[in-house]
Amino acid sequence: MQGATQPDVAEVWRWLSEVPDPEIPVISLTDLGIIRDVEWQGDTLVVTVTPTYSGCPATTIINLDIEKALRDRGIEKLRLERRLSPPWTTDWLTEEGREKLRAYGIAPPVDGTAADGRLIGRAARLAGTSNLVIACPRCGSTQTQKVSQFGSTPCKASYRCKDCLEPFDYFKCI
Amino acid sequence: MTSLPDMTTPNVAGLARDAAAHARPVDVPTPDAGQEAVFEFLLRIGDNALILGHRVSEWCGHSPVLEEDIALANQALDLIGQCQLWLGLAGEIEGKGRSADNLAYLRDAWDFRNALLVERPNGDFGQTLMRQFLFDAFHIEQLRALKASADPRVAEIAAKAEKEAAYHLERSADLVIRLGDGTEESRARMQAALDLLFPYTGELFLDDATDEAVAEAGIAPLPSSLKPAWEQTVAAVLDEATLIHPGEVYQHKGGKRGVHSEYLGFILAEMQFLQRAYPGATW
Repeated sequence: MQGATQPDVAEVWRWLSEVPDPEIPVISLTDLGIIRDVEWQGDTLVVTVTPTYSGCPATTIINLDIEKALRDRGIEKLRLERRLSPPWTTDWLTEEGREKLRAYGIAPPVDGTAADGRLIGRAARLAGTSNLVIACPRCGSTQTQKVSQFGSTPCKASYRCKDCLEPFDYFKCI
Repeated sequence: MTSLPDMTTPNVAGLARDAAAHARPVDVPTPDAGQEAVFEFLLRIGDNALILGHRVSEWCGHSPVLEEDIALANQALDLIGQCQLWLGLAGEIEGKGRSADNLAYLRDAWDFRNALLVERPNGDFGQTLMRQFLFDAFHIEQLRALKASADPRVAEIAAKAEKEAAYHLERSADLVIRLGDGTEESRARMQAALDLLFPYTGELFLDDATDEAVAEAGIAPLPSSLKPAWEQTVAAVLDEATLIHPGEVYQHKGGKRGVHSEYLGFILAEMQFLQRAYPGATW
């Protein structure tokens, strides 16, 4: 029984901010913005998590990592809930998370560049009006080139820097 | 790098099962449509994702270049993930205790409701891409319309899947254009792929009694209502790809009512083997 020793919600958020993303361990689950809610329902701690991509293989691992982190802190009654709506967006990545990504060599998502399936991006590129500039996370050059829409994980695309010649991952906007 | 689950942690599987057992049932208003029609509709959309996801995953380790291999595997993952959500909801609505896994692994071909297009063999890379493009252009319109579904569970899955499908369409359209408007060889292959696959697109837009029932209840759009937007996308992309639109051609149908081509059985034989041979096997 946790009763009077029940840790407050802010404390739980702090603990979760120390749980790394299993695919990109430089950022935490709270940096990623996938923890949607933490609340006590009576003596049960309820953590609401939203998946990034429907088929992201890390989802199961993330749930296990959350369980383990909280059990290790002495939480006995715990329930994880999945929330699909509103769907996760890279807009929820924290500023700190974006900087950590960049320092790790992954270009962070640029707001407003998500695909919309209507080839607007392509049309804009053809017309020379694209504002989609993905800066190289290593040298900062904006002379970069997309190699593939999909990268080493579902959330990333592959890019190449035309100045320093390094290949790098870009965390796609979604 | 992915870290594997720590199997030595005490009772992790038990904790996960415990968490699942205490999942709070969501209080959702019941939309006004026969449960059977909704179940059927969810099988159709879930099976499309499952079978196409499986087909695309067959490329893993065989693609022409590494980036394409990764891209195809990622798309397959997205589709299988979406399928889990759709079939999970189908099982919930059916109310007979069937999970997404049960529905995927323990139904036979005649109980599958995917369109014939998605069970077509991969063929060459051009056929795979053309099939993907023709489907993606439909999928995005279907998901967009489903975001307004009267059933919030359908709407939220659609909102999530739409974002992924947008990337699929952007990629497949881009490659159809690049290969169509490419070399003599690549253009010939893309035209052949288009001529081969176009007769399987008509089924996507056919309305039947199930479609009418779910449309009446505001759960899903009538398939025919999605056709103008699809045609517009297809015409624009084919035009830019310098490919010739096949026009009005004979259209095959049957998949959405369980009448499949011979290919589905082979897919299921591979996909379901483990659960059929060793029922309930887990790892």
